[in-house]
Amino acid sequence: MIKSILIFNNHGKPRLIRFYQFFPEDMQQQIIRETFHLVSKRDDNVCNFLEGGSLIGGSDYKLIYRHYATLYFVFCVDSCESELGILDLIQVFVETLDKCFENVCELDLIFHVDKVHYILQQVVMGGMVLETNMNEIVAQVENQNRLEKSEGGLSAAPARAVSAVKNMNLPEIPRNINIGDINIKVPNLSPFV
Amino acid sequence: MALKMVKGSIDRMFDKNLQDLVRGIRNHKEDEAKFISACIDEIKHELKQDNIAVKANAVCKLTYLQMLGYDVSWAAFNIIEVMSSSKFTFKRIGYLAASQCFHEGTDVIMLTTNQIRKDLSSPNQYDTGVALTGLSCFVTPDLARDLANDIMTLMSHTKPYIRKKAVLIMYKVFLKYPESLRPAFPRLKEKLEDPDPGVQSAAVNVICELARRNPKNYLSLAPLFFKLMTSSTNNWVLIKIIKLFGALTPLEPRLGKKLIEPLTNLIHSTSAMSLLYECVNTVIAVLISLSSGMPNHSASIQLCVQKLRILIEDSDQNLKYLGLLAMSKILKTHPKSVQSHKDLILQCLDDKDESIRLRALDLLYGMVSKKNLMEIVKKLMIHVDKAEGTTYRDELLTKIIDICSQSNYQYITNFEWYISILVELTRLEGTRHGHLIASQMLDVAIRVKAIRSFAVSQMAMLLDNAHLLAGNTQRNGICEVLYAAAWICGEFSEHLEEPMQTLEAVLRPKVTTLPGHIQAVYVQNAVKLFATVLARQEGAGDRQAAQETTELLIEKLPQFVQSSDLEVQERASCILQLIKYIQKLQAKEVSVSEEVSALFSGELNPVAPKAQKKVPIPDGLDLDSWINKPLRETESEDEKPRAIFHEEEPQHSRPRLPEIDEKELAKRREVRKQEQASNPFYIKSSPSPQKCYQETANVDHIPVVQIDLTVPLKVPGMPMSDQYVKLEEDRRQKQKQDKKKDKKKKKEKEKKRGKGRRLDSAHTESEEDIAPAQSVDIMTEEMPENALPSDEDDKDPNDPYRALDIDLDKPLVDSDKLPVRTHRPTEGLKSPDPMMGVEEQGEKKSSKKIKKDKERKKSKEEKKKKKHRKSASGKEVEEEGQVEKPAPPAAESESTAPPAAPPTEDSDLDFWLSSASVPSQSQPELVDPAPSSEPEEPKDEEEREESKSSKHKKKKHRKEKEEKSKKKKKQHQDEGAAESVQNGTLEEEEEPLPPMSNYSLLAENSDIKMVCDIQGNLQDGSQVVVSVIFENKGSSFLKSMEFNVMDSLNTKLVRPEGASVHDGIAVPFQLPPGVSNEARFVFTVQSIIMPQKLKGTLTFIVKTEDGSSHEKLDFKLLFTCTSYLITTPCYSDAFAKLLESGELKMNCLKLEGITMPFHHLLAKICFHHHFSVVERIDSCSSMYSRSIQGHHVCLLVKTGDKSVSIDAKCDEPTLLSNVLDEIKLTFAVTC
Repeated sequence: MIKSILIFNNHGKPRLIRFYQFFPEDMQQQIIRETFHLVSKRDDNVCNFLEGGSLIGGSDYKLIYRHYATLYFVFCVDSCESELGILDLIQVFVETLDKCFENVCELDLIFHVDKVHYILQQVVMGGMVLETNMNEIVAQVENQNRLEKSEGGLSAAPARAVSAVKNMNLPEIPRNINIGDINIKVPNLSPFV
Repeated sequence: MALKMVKGSIDRMFDKNLQDLVRGIRNHKEDEAKFISACIDEIKHELKQDNIAVKANAVCKLTYLQMLGYDVSWAAFNIIEVMSSSKFTFKRIGYLAASQCFHEGTDVIMLTTNQIRKDLSSPNQYDTGVALTGLSCFVTPDLARDLANDIMTLMSHTKPYIRKKAVLIMYKVFLKYPESLRPAFPRLKEKLEDPDPGVQSAAVNVICELARRNPKNYLSLAPLFFKLMTSSTNNWVLIKIIKLFGALTPLEPRLGKKLIEPLTNLIHSTSAMSLLYECVNTVIAVLISLSSGMPNHSASIQLCVQKLRILIEDSDQNLKYLGLLAMSKILKTHPKSVQSHKDLILQCLDDKDESIRLRALDLLYGMVSKKNLMEIVKKLMIHVDKAEGTTYRDELLTKIIDICSQSNYQYITNFEWYISILVELTRLEGTRHGHLIASQMLDVAIRVKAIRSFAVSQMAMLLDNAHLLAGNTQRNGICEVLYAAAWICGEFSEHLEEPMQTLEAVLRPKVTTLPGHIQAVYVQNAVKLFATVLARQEGAGDRQAAQETTELLIEKLPQFVQSSDLEVQERASCILQLIKYIQKLQAKEVSVSEEVSALFSGELNPVAPKAQKKVPIPDGLDLDSWINKPLRETESEDEKPRAIFHEEEPQHSRPRLPEIDEKELAKRREVRKQEQASNPFYIKSSPSPQKCYQETANVDHIPVVQIDLTVPLKVPGMPMSDQYVKLEEDRRQKQKQDKKKDKKKKKEKEKKRGKGRRLDSAHTESEEDIAPAQSVDIMTEEMPENALPSDEDDKDPNDPYRALDIDLDKPLVDSDKLPVRTHRPTEGLKSPDPMMGVEEQGEKKSSKKIKKDKERKKSKEEKKKKKHRKSASGKEVEEEGQVEKPAPPAAESESTAPPAAPPTEDSDLDFWLSSASVPSQSQPELVDPAPSSEPEEPKDEEEREESKSSKHKKKKHRKEKEEKSKKKKKQHQDEGAAESVQNGTLEEEEEPLPPMSNYSLLAENSDIKMVCDIQGNLQDGSQVVVSVIFENKGSSFLKSMEFNVMDSLNTKLVRPEGASVHDGIAVPFQLPPGVSNEARFVFTVQSIIMPQKLKGTLTFIVKTEDGSSHEKLDFKLLFTCTSYLITTPCYSDAFAKLLESGELKMNCLKLEGITMPFHHLLAKICFHHHFSVVERIDSCSSMYSRSIQGHHVCLLVKTGDKSVSIDAKCDEPTLLSNVLDEIKLTFAVTC
């Protein structure tokens, strides 16, 4: 079982949190802080497994994480999951994000956390791995997006127009900022499935 | 209206959407909290609007804020509103929000039941999917119970997308509502062979989760998983299955043998590292399970360890980590194999990666020996000094203690060394494990008698330097050590060289800043010390000094009397009075030391932590009844609570001081009261201890305690553990020499050493047998006499998975069913909730649903497979010659199986495990176990012999087997032909146990076929349950089926409340073409002694492309007397008593021309007539059954030459003759 999935950036700011076991909000934030503290002090060339998160789970649980550019993807899993399998799953998830957002970067996760959730829902459900085939995941996500579009979406045309107007007053439009290497690099690993 | 709409959308234009919110937060870095609280106000306003889009937008923003740590549970109701929107877009937002913030404590969650049910049955698969996803995150026991049946139905949904989600969520349902596991399991099992790989993977996932917690219940699925393993190409599925096998092999070593080869194949063929690693892992598990007790396998273990070494030496840190992880599994059973890699593991301790260091630490535990313990611990101590993070340092500390204390200090040869290690560990700052060190100190001091004087001197040193440890009492867990130190010094004070000094240390004012429980121990042990000091001083004839000591105590104790801790206060005032009394005696020149010492005489023995629990309750003792009238206040005066050790003898049996009489006590109390009254600082809610001490009566007499703040961290005089390493080496050298000497002079071997050192007299030359310098006392009487051996207490009663420890092989009975929604007329009307107002059509229909029905659908394929397997098992039973109970192929219909079924399952697995198995060929073998005997390799044959040799002789066995397999093949062909009529009444005449079914044809036309089975209800003596399988034979859709019968006086259909006797009961499902499903109807019967026939009708609507038509089908429902019998097992002695009672009437029956084997005959009677075999001797067998109204039916079946005679006894002659007639009919039809 997967107990929780956390995505946060290099400064510990949460970008997506998904707990499959209930924790109150303050506890959730504490867990994020602790996890960030544990993960961030590790070099990039050490192993991707981590024990000893005292807040979440006990000895049966471990943290499995990957670090992409500015983001940490952390899965907290129990011994029923295969360690390397989960690493591959994170890779699948990130590659899926990359496909759905077309060159995903941290900003996509910042502004479209809901969409990231919907994608994650196609991969993991209630703490159990639902689908590992990327094409299948992308197909289901696209079907649902199409369905949403056919319903007019959440913010139909007028609202979007206004939002565009609002944007003009902003000093910066995030997409165009040059934040250097913010794109998540998806290394070419051998495909899992 | 239109205007309002326009206005609404214009309003919306100025609403923030999620992106605006995020942007806003990013632009308000300085006053983020303020900005967000403004946003929340906005959101609250938006939630009040009618427009669902506005609400959804607001909820979407809330979900984001929730991530930032804001509690949004106040909006739970609005979230439900959004969930109930008809638009997918909004619904999805609602469910996402719910999955993020709902939990079992959310009270509005119960409002969602109907909404979720509606979404689950939505025609849009994505609505259903979203609901399932959401539900998986917040399912509660109530939701699980109410929705289990709906989710069960979804497991057979046409869309794989829904199927796989429904299958996965079942696990969550099982966890919350364990009763659902048994009824749902058959279908879950079915999903293992779903055509869609995603669904299959989900089913594997769920079963693996279940099996991990209770593996033994899933052993019977091994063949199926084996097949999946050899056929699946999905790595996820493979990993899960292989992990599962890893958990199963310890339970069934034969399984391991089967696994080795396919696993090796996978290892060679796969390119996925994850799969490879899991294979290696399971191979290790297999080898471990095989090699326990078999020495010749240690070579392969060695090989595994070598391979793991390669992993550990790999530059990829992940592999290094996993290698160490796998190594620790081997360590548990084969520590020796791992020990040779000590170098590598010690090297890993220096790794920069903490995860790897921790793993290596774990391994160290199993690698120590007497020889290397000191060296390893020394290394660890260096790490302790270097470690920066407290977590890792604490981990090191616990590991050091674990390593040293394992198996009763087996590896410690010098306890002086260990004590000094413990003392060194106390210098760690900020560790959480003070209590751990403390308990070790206590344990060692108590168990190792020889070490006491050394321990006491060390502890006295600790007490003397207590200020170093207790620097910051609030955060510092290390001061717990003082607890142990004080206790040891007090209890073993006779070993102290300068007890007076320690006594003074214990009574220092600084002590009052320690935690209460430590102070209490201080006070208590101060008296023990006092007793020792007194004894010595009086022994030396120095009365003056003795009186001064008493004076000192009287001076110092008040600081504890005023303690805020109740325990300390109580003990201190007790003791103060005692000392005052002693002072009086001393004033009269009486020597008191003897009596004071007598207070604390006697040994304290360790008691195992579970000892108390294990004392068996003597007969006739009722712990719950009052011995006396309950007291108003329970006071246990002379109980000195000790946290860790219990006195062996009750305290009052000890010699006491001369009794203090009532008057004296009253007087003292008076004095104390006065003293308190005159003390202006005596306030009930005691003031801070320091203040008290400053204001105590004789301030001037307090000796000023020197607090030397510049004391270096290394306490002078404290031995460093390192020197012991050296000493120990010397000792061993000496020991060796001694041994040599011993050889020469055998008699001169003991007591050569200084105090406390003892040599073991048993000598071998092995280095491992280094005799410890001190011996550990492990008291045998730590457990009470005749303690109950039980492992029960290892289980955690709160483990949620324990509830899922359910035997899944047992056939389903009536009580195993999922609750089906029944109509509650008042509920819908009384809660005019806007969202729940919309009751779907299905719900209206449900008013007619009966509670007891259970949906069950089975693919034909599955049946076919089962049949094959069953017949195989039948054969197996026959072969093994262990036919105690004939095994009817029970699983044909789960509900009708007699209890003889489980052995069938077992032998099924047995057969699979023992037979055949050239693993590469085992895939076809599953379906058809017959050819197994032919392509067998000699090796396998041997293996099987191994497991069975006790039962069989080799040659005979093989011969038999060949014969059978020939017959078997023939049978398979026959069976194929018979398949189509399988549901009917037919019985095939086959040599091995033919498949049997109790379902008899009820009625049939071109559209529909009904078969039924009637079972007595175990719970209710007047009810029978009729299970009807409806099969749609045509090509059109059948719906609105209604089942009705004409009640007789004796037998009535149970209809829902309020329905008239002429109303039918709606069949709770519709039938697409080619589909069959089962419904159950309950009937009440009054008299069961005669068979009954009821006329009935089934009405239904046939829906074709061009319209629909009403149809009906008449049938006659026959209630035989057999159907009132319930298979009840009976023991032979009870059976004999029953026959002897003489209350039973006799009848008999003779059947001619019976050619079938006797055990088939018995199986038939068991299966069709619900009997169970009590005993079988050769060609004679006794059988038993019971009616739902409690009639006993006993049979004695004897077989002769082509004839069978049945003598029967029953307390109801009519019932008996009817049953016998039915038995006769059964055999008349088949013969």
